[in-house]
Amino acid sequence: MKSAVITFPGSNREGDVIRALRQSTGHEPASIWHQDTELPKGTDLVVLPGGFSYGDYLRCGAIASRAPVMDAVRAHAAKGGLVLGICNGFQILVESGLLPGVLMRNAGLKFICKMQHLKVGRADTAFTSAYHEGQIIKVAIAHGEGNYVADADTIARLEDENRVAFRYCTADGDTKAGNPNGSLNDIAGIYSERLNVLGMMPHPENLIETLVGGTDGRGLFESLSTIRGAA
Amino acid sequence: MKARVTVTLKNGVLDPQGKAIEGALKSFGLEGIDSVRQGKVFDIELSLTDKAEAEALLKAAAEKLLANTVVENYRVEILN
Repeated sequence: MKSAVITFPGSNREGDVIRALRQSTGHEPASIWHQDTELPKGTDLVVLPGGFSYGDYLRCGAIASRAPVMDAVRAHAAKGGLVLGICNGFQILVESGLLPGVLMRNAGLKFICKMQHLKVGRADTAFTSAYHEGQIIKVAIAHGEGNYVADADTIARLEDENRVAFRYCTADGDTKAGNPNGSLNDIAGIYSERLNVLGMMPHPENLIETLVGGTDGRGLFESLSTIRGAA
Repeated sequence: MKARVTVTLKNGVLDPQGKAIEGALKSFGLEGIDSVRQGKVFDIELSLTDKAEAEALLKAAAEKLLANTVVENYRVEILN
């Protein structure tokens, strides 16, 4: 599994993602700068990490989504390559049109930084095969704009096509009560139509060591590590 | 030539910032405010002289970057 992690000006979780990928795959991911125009040959997975690209100016992810490297990311996704956007990376994916909808200011207006339970959706994708459907995991969230909004048709389509990757929930799986930011249908992450692009607000890359709070995030990277030459 | 692009949230899109501003204004005891929706204003200087050309350019700028048309509307005005 060959991966590449993109750094934009203002990204700050790229080191965490690189560490998580190194741990699960045993390989060093390629570090890509936002002004690069191509991905390394044979890249299976591209990761857009969390942070505050361009200071969140204009709209979160808006300016980064127009960066030169994003054309290469779009081309990668178009041929079925895997793309993972975490937090600001998810915001960049919706701004770039690779995923539908938009991430608005949290309903409570506050930046939320805390541990958060999620319910895993389907477990038959490249990102979640090491989990089981309906599994409840505990990871971290840290965002001010994570309130997922889309028009009613888009939400209905996401649900019909089983493309909600993760939902916020409480420790015992209550999604409504566990929704921290007002996201429609308690959506914490979604897939593209072909299930090769995943955008999610929570941070699995920060929960890969017992020393720092748990290992529930490892499953995502372990799932990805089993992919061989998907692109 | 000077122009202004105004970006506002579409009707029906929840605007928590607007709601908070509305609440603050009401708490001042200012009578008669029904609701507040907030948005963005971009004042742009152009080297163009043709109005139609300028409008087309700004429309492209709004579609490409200034507005997220999933949830936002925009208006282009040529100021002089």
